[in-house]
Amino acid sequence: MKVFKLIFRNALRHKLRTSLTILGITIAIIAFGLLRTVVTIWDSTVDATMANRLVTRQSVSFIFPLPFSYKDKIETIDGVKNVSGAAWFQGVYKDKSNFFARVAVDDNYFEVYPELVLSKQDFENYKKQRNACVVGSQIAKQYNFKIGDQIVLDGDIFPGRWEFEVRGIYQPKNKNTDATQMLFHIDYLNERMIAETPARANQVMWYMVQIKDPNRSAQISNQIDALFKNSTAETKTETEKAFTQGFVSASGAIITAMNWMSFMIIGIILLVVANTMIMSARERTREYAVFKTLGFSALHLTGLILGESMLIACLGGGIGLFLTFPIVSGFEQAMPKGFFPFFFIEPITIVLAVTATLMVGFLSAIFPIQRALGTKIVDGFRFVG
Amino acid sequence: MSAIIQVKNLSKSYWRNSLEIPVLHDISLDVQEGEFLALMGPSGSGKTTLLNLIAGIDRPTNGEVTVAGTNIAKLGESALAKWRSSNVGFVFQFYNLIPVLTAFENVELPLLLTKLSKSERRKHVEATLNIVGLGDRMSHYPKQLSGGQEQRVAIARAIVTDPVILVADEPTGDLDRKAAEEILTLIDRLNKEFKKTVLVVTHDPHAAEKASRKLHLDKGDLV
Repeated sequence: MKVFKLIFRNALRHKLRTSLTILGITIAIIAFGLLRTVVTIWDSTVDATMANRLVTRQSVSFIFPLPFSYKDKIETIDGVKNVSGAAWFQGVYKDKSNFFARVAVDDNYFEVYPELVLSKQDFENYKKQRNACVVGSQIAKQYNFKIGDQIVLDGDIFPGRWEFEVRGIYQPKNKNTDATQMLFHIDYLNERMIAETPARANQVMWYMVQIKDPNRSAQISNQIDALFKNSTAETKTETEKAFTQGFVSASGAIITAMNWMSFMIIGIILLVVANTMIMSARERTREYAVFKTLGFSALHLTGLILGESMLIACLGGGIGLFLTFPIVSGFEQAMPKGFFPFFFIEPITIVLAVTATLMVGFLSAIFPIQRALGTKIVDGFRFVG
Repeated sequence: MSAIIQVKNLSKSYWRNSLEIPVLHDISLDVQEGEFLALMGPSGSGKTTLLNLIAGIDRPTNGEVTVAGTNIAKLGESALAKWRSSNVGFVFQFYNLIPVLTAFENVELPLLLTKLSKSERRKHVEATLNIVGLGDRMSHYPKQLSGGQEQRVAIARAIVTDPVILVADEPTGDLDRKAAEEILTLIDRLNKEFKKTVLVVTHDPHAAEKASRKLHLDKGDLV
């Protein structure tokens, strides 16, 4: 007879209670995994930024435009490698629920964003055609976009019917690179603006400024903003990371709440498992007295109780972790398409879930072990459960 | 015959808050090797406490308990646990078998603390269960056995390590007359045939008849 056999049989002594406890841990780990995934994905958008990129936008708000003319001026600053203008287009593709970023960009945008990998041939084809667009591989897969396909957007910020032709599909270089964008020529947008709404022509929403030395980001930012001081469109330049954090911080309270909730769930399940173990240990007070009488040591009893607690926690945690993958995938499917630029379970989430499972198993056993070891043999035999 | 158990000036008190409750007063007795001793007395007389002290599952307030040359009152917790595992076999009124283990596994339990191999353990367990007449019930769980059979498994568990002394606290207290008789006969056989030193606590005069010596306790004193 192996000790593990005894641990296993003890765990299955109250099948319903053990099953419910395991189910509770399973659900908690799934919820933990899902919440942590959302939180880490949010954080990953910040991590995906690069230190050698600055964002220049209007100092009042990024919803106000900047003139085309700023580009040449910014390029004159020492340390600036590339400047690329961009405008948030938005629009509706067939249905409002089909959400993905649509951005009008300068042609050198792909130089500033080397993590958006586009083949040379696709880039050449893109450059040749005024209404060409490039789409990320993820939305290409989602919407079955192929080279040569027409995409028609119903404009909202820029009203009208906008027709595009897919001339390239870019691949994300890294796992956390956004592969859900549709990028097209800012000149295409500008030509229509000149013709239809001249007051909105020759404008971008922001400039992406690629710099040679990330250590000079603060200095160059100040130099850029100084260039346009007291102009009609003063600028605010900051690192891409700070800019993205500004976006994310708008949802900061929700993310913080989700973060706390994920750990509170673990706390709650710790109480549930601890309760199960306390009940089990209490019911077995006489048995522990028998074990002690037969000569079993404190170490043996600790192993029996801790083993049972770990077994229950690991079964629940293991099943929960196993199910987290399809459930996270299902959650992503259930969300509006493109709501998250990327959605995957980070290794840190798995590490945290495994750690939480082991912690629950370990901590739940402490009180029952203390009780079992602290009860005298004679008191154990007198115990009436 | 030499005294295998020597009890000298043994006292035991329990404390309830600051109130001392004396249970045994200055008890001294010798038990010879191979003796079958019955400890008798009314409820609360201290007979189970005396048995527990001799078996090393409780600590005396004063005095000495020497079993097979070892003063067990001086042993630390882990040393005492080790000593119990090889020197004392216990039989309880309510059997105290582990319900999730079969008869075989319950009897094997004390042997897990020895260095015996799996096959050696199997031989010992089978031989012991055959002695108590349960060779055909090895794979049965306690709930599948009658009270008498459960107590026989408990006796097998108590003797499987070949202990120096066998202690039994009201071993027939939860059994009907027929099953009780079988258990007493078995204990008597272990004493006479296998030369085990046996200490039995009982308040049943019929059960005590099998013993070679009877001691009476009353209010913590030998009378």
